[in-house]
Amino acid sequence: MTVSGSMGPFGQAELIGEMMEEPPPQSVPRRRGRPRIWRVTIFVLAAIFFFVPLAAAFKYSLQQDNGGYGFANYGTIIHNKDVRAPLVTSLEIAAISGAIVILLMLPTVVWVRLKKPRATTFMEVVTLLPIVIPPVVMAAGLEQFELNAPQWVIQHGFDSPLSGLIPFYVVLAMPFTYRAIDTGVRAIDLHTLVDASRNLGASWASTLARVVLPNVQTAVLGAMFLTVALCLGEVVIATLLLYQTFPVELIVLNHQQQAGASVALSMLTLAFTFLLLFTLSFLAQRRRGSRATRLL
Amino acid sequence: MVVFLGIPLFVVVHGSLTTETNQFTFDNFKQTWDSQGYRLAFKNSLILSVWTSILGAFFGTWLAAAVVTAKPGGMLHRITQSGSGVLAYFAGVPLAFCFIAALGQTGVVTVLLKHFGIDLYAHGFTISSMIGVGLCYVYFQIPLMIILITPALEGLRSEWQEAALNLGASRFGYLRHVAVPVLLPSFVGATLILFGNAFSAYATALALVGSTLSIVPAQIDNALNGNVLVGADRAGLTLGMEMIVVVLIVMVGYWFVQRRARRWLR
Repeated sequence: MTVSGSMGPFGQAELIGEMMEEPPPQSVPRRRGRPRIWRVTIFVLAAIFFFVPLAAAFKYSLQQDNGGYGFANYGTIIHNKDVRAPLVTSLEIAAISGAIVILLMLPTVVWVRLKKPRATTFMEVVTLLPIVIPPVVMAAGLEQFELNAPQWVIQHGFDSPLSGLIPFYVVLAMPFTYRAIDTGVRAIDLHTLVDASRNLGASWASTLARVVLPNVQTAVLGAMFLTVALCLGEVVIATLLLYQTFPVELIVLNHQQQAGASVALSMLTLAFTFLLLFTLSFLAQRRRGSRATRLL
Repeated sequence: MVVFLGIPLFVVVHGSLTTETNQFTFDNFKQTWDSQGYRLAFKNSLILSVWTSILGAFFGTWLAAAVVTAKPGGMLHRITQSGSGVLAYFAGVPLAFCFIAALGQTGVVTVLLKHFGIDLYAHGFTISSMIGVGLCYVYFQIPLMIILITPALEGLRSEWQEAALNLGASRFGYLRHVAVPVLLPSFVGATLILFGNAFSAYATALALVGSTLSIVPAQIDNALNGNVLVGADRAGLTLGMEMIVVVLIVMVGYWFVQRRARRWLR
């Protein structure tokens, strides 16, 4: 068994490998001796480096205009209409992108695995392209395209942040999602499952939805989580195309001298994303326990 | 799918290789190279990417090594994994604001240090300087390094260490003759990725400083949205093309290193 599963050329593969795959068999359990000085040093350094700014940001976010401390800044998310609207937009984008990713990626991966195993390399290269092209360059290209685009494209595409951003977020998420789902599909006996289902008279759609999907639900959920995280965090394309999404609004708030609010909302975003990924690591583990029984 | 990726890519490639009247030319590249501002942006971007990636690579490996030796599947692993994922991939803007809250002009840490008589800003430090932005970059470089290097570290078999120690090697000797040579390709590869990552990152800088910072992505933003000059659009696209070329070179380097890395890590 390989160490990280899919040793894809970029980090995403490792992240997903980490989360989705079983840990490499540890031939000898590592002994835990006296804590070594170098370990302690780096943990202390890391704690200072990473937690001091977080703690500082938390304190900062609690400071109110009147000098006291409180959760007023966190209230902006509910009270301030300028914040709420972009947040709703971002959530909509995240939800729809997540759904599209599943509808699009799962059939693609299954199709490539079953019918076109030769295309695997091609798919891997294509799914890596969004990393080779920096987001800012992608946005630049889009912006120019928008300037010269025919009217109907602008009306149906760029006028709304939803239709303007979702396709590109789905593309941007591809490196994460393709690999996550691919790792999941590779772990099951796809041929047997699909053949059995087809022989029993199921259509392709119901095979996908009722046989394949339940078997790779963790991977699919992982792909969705990563897409949602990406949609809630992406700012470069949204800014260059002048859309009002949540992260863009954060920057605007900061420029309007409402730094406290923007820091508070940042804390919420960080916490939310962390929770998403943290849940994911537990889901991945749960699958490990029950997979054998589910497949037999 | 390919269409949505292809359109922006095509526009950039096409735009950078043509004149206003749609003729094929390499002039755009020459012009961006002759421009003092763009050259400075490239220099800044390269310097920023180099030092943040090297710093991130060393501390990331160190931290990852410390985490890997802990109990597998434990809480520490989980938190590091999820935390790294958040910081490395999804945190651009929020990260920048936490950073402002800590080290900005009225930031908590700045104020705290002033109490102890250390005035950061008196010594010319600002978070909108290259150093400040770079320091913030390190916050996502280290986690990314952890994600990238952990599989390689886990691939180090404990048998190798035992064999080396049984054959009379010291701990340092094991590191020097076994661990480092095995890890080196992975380390170099991961550092290259960190470089590419820093080079193409923009969200953090955008949140910290805005589009006035002299790095390439900010210049692209400026050229396209700033309406400073006629023909700036084309300069923006050309810069974009040049960025793709740089990242592509890094990728190719990574492929070569990765091939070597795979030899031991299976």
